[in-house]
Amino acid sequence: MASTIKAITTTEGVAPFRFSEAGLAECRRLIARYPAEQSKSALLPILHVAQSENDGWLSVHAMDAVAEVLGIQRIEVFEVASFYSMYNLHPVGTYHLEVCRTTPCMIRGADDLIAHLEKRLGIHVGETTKDGMFTLKGVECLGSCGTAPMLQCGAKYHENLTPEKADSLIEQLRAENKRQNYTDQ
Amino acid sequence: MARKLLLEHDNKPGIQGLEGYRANGGYRSVEKALRTMSPEAVLEEVKKSGLRGRGGAGFPTGLKWSFMAKPPGVPRYLVVNADESEPGTFKDRYLMERIPHILIEGMITSSFALGANVSYIYIRGEYFYIYRILERAIEEARAAGWLGKNILGSGFDHDVHVQVGAGAYICGEETALLESLEGKRGNPRIKPPFPAVKGLYGCPTVVNNVETIAAVVPIVNDGGEEYAKIGIGKSTGTKLISAGGNINKPGVYEIDLGITCEEFLNSDEWCGGVQGRALKAVVPGGSSVPIIPAELYFKTAAGEARLMTYESLSDGGFATGSMLGSGGFYAYNDAQCIVRSTWNHTRFYAHESCGQCSPCREGTGWMEKVLHRIENGEGRLEDIDLLWDIQRKIEGNTICPLGDAAAWPVASAIRHFRDEFEYHVYHPQKVKDPKHFEKTPFVRKPKTVAA
Ligand SMILES: Cc1cc2nc3c(=O)[nH]c(=O)nc-3n(C[C@H](O)[C@H](O)[C@H](O)COP(=O)(O)O)c2cc1C
Ligand code: SF4
Ligand code: FES
Repeated sequence: MASTIKAITTTEGVAPFRFSEAGLAECRRLIARYPAEQSKSALLPILHVAQSENDGWLSVHAMDAVAEVLGIQRIEVFEVASFYSMYNLHPVGTYHLEVCRTTPCMIRGADDLIAHLEKRLGIHVGETTKDGMFTLKGVECLGSCGTAPMLQCGAKYHENLTPEKADSLIEQLRAENKRQNYTDQ
Repeated sequence: MARKLLLEHDNKPGIQGLEGYRANGGYRSVEKALRTMSPEAVLEEVKKSGLRGRGGAGFPTGLKWSFMAKPPGVPRYLVVNADESEPGTFKDRYLMERIPHILIEGMITSSFALGANVSYIYIRGEYFYIYRILERAIEEARAAGWLGKNILGSGFDHDVHVQVGAGAYICGEETALLESLEGKRGNPRIKPPFPAVKGLYGCPTVVNNVETIAAVVPIVNDGGEEYAKIGIGKSTGTKLISAGGNINKPGVYEIDLGITCEEFLNSDEWCGGVQGRALKAVVPGGSSVPIIPAELYFKTAAGEARLMTYESLSDGGFATGSMLGSGGFYAYNDAQCIVRSTWNHTRFYAHESCGQCSPCREGTGWMEKVLHRIENGEGRLEDIDLLWDIQRKIEGNTICPLGDAAAWPVASAIRHFRDEFEYHVYHPQKVKDPKHFEKTPFVRKPKTVAA
């Protein structure tokens, strides 16, 4: 089961959410893929759209907006959002660095990469840097075992990482200072 | 050089686009099937080919297709499993990224045989960039008339859609996948009913792996008999193997089923040998299959050369064999620790258990705790028997095979490397350093296995 330890289930002090026009158009495009009575099928892809439009995480407001777009119960959305590990139920940094820690990557040095990133960023896996720039997460096999060790940030895979390559990636991201989402084209 | 049926053109310029794909013979199987064959004839070729599911279980594809129920007036679906999250497996990614149209072509031809007018690809969420590649390829195919109404004037209508997941290994299990495709949590369904009777939206559905559906293209083009000429016995055709771990040339390789394991590991055409040091162990088919020590990878217990086939890799059962599985191959050199690897495997399954069945939910978490303490020098000798006991109680007692998949790596590690577990208990100080075998590899007493 996806870890949901830090799910924020309150709306207090949390910014409201509205889909953009482009986001709504994307929702309609996704719903059209399924038979008329089966629009709930579009829930997973639409949650990705909502997450991207809400600074990389799913607040209660964002999930409620998804329920409204699909005409389903709010609890149905939360049930699903809390199951899958790519949905963040709490805020994450501008860059969500997801490092693969599964066995084939471990064999090729994932432990060292994680230790290096922790030291470099001054945080542990599961934490966000004080400036809100980086969140570090340990994830399971990303289908990149032949180019390990590796990490994912938004839709991008960064493979065959060495400490030097990881450092220059961090520098580059810091300079760009622009959120990367899974849904980026 | 071995024949390549799927990856023959993977490096051709423009192969990702429709034009480049067509220029290299793409969509011929659709022309052939829709213009000159009946759906039954296509099914017959798939049966003759001996093709077996490439997702892991190796079930004969033609047989699976023949189970598809055909109640009148009820839609049927083909669903392609592109969840690819079995640790060690990255072949579908390679195929979809390089040659997306081969999947779409295979889906049209297969759907024609199955009588499905709509098919879906379910792709894991982490592969978002490939999801975009597939979306573009589907658009191209639709614009060129390969999808839509009355394809090639045959009267057959078909459309393909792609759906993205969101990070859950269990959604590779076919009924969890269907739940997820319906917009729900990925909880596997109790079978029966099987998807062929009640699948997507309660309609008859066939779920097949990406590579399986891609293989239908050469099978229809060249005929099932031609395909079955490659390979040995019931392991016909070619297979994509994704190779990783401590080898010199990690990557995705298309092999003829039947080459020797020795050749696959050591030849420069494939893995290029073990990185730096001696080979310790191999996981030949993704993290769910048993781990085997080096000598049993090269030779069966009977002393015969082990081959890269379904039968040879499982020769000897779990006592001395393993499985071809998904083709997710990874090798361990002698700097690696089997206890650490087993702990890591188990942590994975504990994380990915959907939580529906208590043996799986509780057992995986318990095994992880026990393995963690052994690996960190805090284990007791009884822990090894405890682990054995827990895994036995999970195996066979769950709704879906994830429970078995979690049990087998633990069972095989204890079966073959028990003395290494004991070493951890006897030398707690030495194993505190996570790289405890880097300087002095653990020397295992090879068991004499009865021939
Ligand atoms: C826990 C679990 C995970 C699985 N993951 C995958 C997967 O990622 N990809 C896949 O094709 N099959 C996977 N399978 C196998 C599928 O359930 C199913 O057998 C397969 O998609 C059938 O296609 P095939 O006959 O073409 O192999 C998994 C099975 C289990 C039990
Ligand atoms: S075996 Fe595990 S993953 Fe499969 S249904 Fe039961 S709890 Fe879920
Ligand atoms: S184990 Fe890390 S990508 Fe497969």
